[in-house]
Amino acid sequence: MEIKVLKNILSANEEIAQRNRKLLDSGGVFTVNLMSSPGAGKTSLVLETIKALKGKTRIGVIEGDLSSSVDAETISKENVPVIQINTGGGCHLDANMISKALSNLPLEGIELLLIENVGNLVCPAGFALGEHKKVLISSIPEGDDKPLKYPLMFHEVDAVLINKIDLLPYLKFDTQAFSQAVRGINGKVGIFQISCATGQGIQEWVSWLLNQMVQR
Amino acid sequence: MHELAITQSIFDIVLEQAEKTKTRRVSKVNLVIGEMTGVVGDCVQFYFDFISKGTLAEGATLSFVMVPPKAQCQGCNELFELKEFGRTCPSCGGNRLQIVAGKELFVESIEVE
Repeated sequence: MEIKVLKNILSANEEIAQRNRKLLDSGGVFTVNLMSSPGAGKTSLVLETIKALKGKTRIGVIEGDLSSSVDAETISKENVPVIQINTGGGCHLDANMISKALSNLPLEGIELLLIENVGNLVCPAGFALGEHKKVLISSIPEGDDKPLKYPLMFHEVDAVLINKIDLLPYLKFDTQAFSQAVRGINGKVGIFQISCATGQGIQEWVSWLLNQMVQR
Repeated sequence: MHELAITQSIFDIVLEQAEKTKTRRVSKVNLVIGEMTGVVGDCVQFYFDFISKGTLAEGATLSFVMVPPKAQCQGCNELFELKEFGRTCPSCGGNRLQIVAGKELFVESIEVE
């Protein structure tokens, strides 16, 4: 006998993600899930974003890593509330980890929550956390072929930041081919060229972010 | 990909259904998986055999229907199978596409005795 089930395999995670989203919505906390490969500049972007938005909005941060609290220590120097999640080898953050982290954050004092996911272009794309927007950081040294190799990640996000754009004169990276490959997977995505080292494009990025917060 | 986490979720769904319907044994699990998810079928079966030992689902075969990615052109609305990523619309040459299939990840049905 065959029994119809038709149930999403990730439904348990989705349900917790929806609960997180409700909690964030009720507290007026706009939440962004930052994803990238290791070393693309997630922590640098968090730092630059905090600096650029100082006095404009109150930021909180969740740091996800396999181990260590190096990132949380770096961020805490900026005097913003930060929680470190160690996945203990897990390749992505999931909604349950975020649920626990949220209960340890002073949400009433946070308007913008930045979640730095585990560095990985595969698994984090499949797990909703309850975030409002997903943002991918791709960087010049990684090469312009990444959208073709990791299509699900590029498909899932609302914005793609091309970081380390200051390295463009020294490396082979075709920004037009990259953008075309991204739009061939995700025709609605915003693409920004930035450098956390020189500050190029950071204003455009934070303007986009503030706009998304207002339009929510 | 994260096959162990996926397999655990599949197992939980299968067992919940099997217990609800007072099944003696689950013989087959029919899954629909989008090719873009990167889920590796052999790997899922391997984990499933391990997790399901001593349960109603022990020995069940997993069957995978793989769904190829499909895209829709944002310009002319043409719907087509995306054989390669980074391509333009075959109808109008437009370069803004939206993926509309290939991300599926669900348990379609179970076969029980």
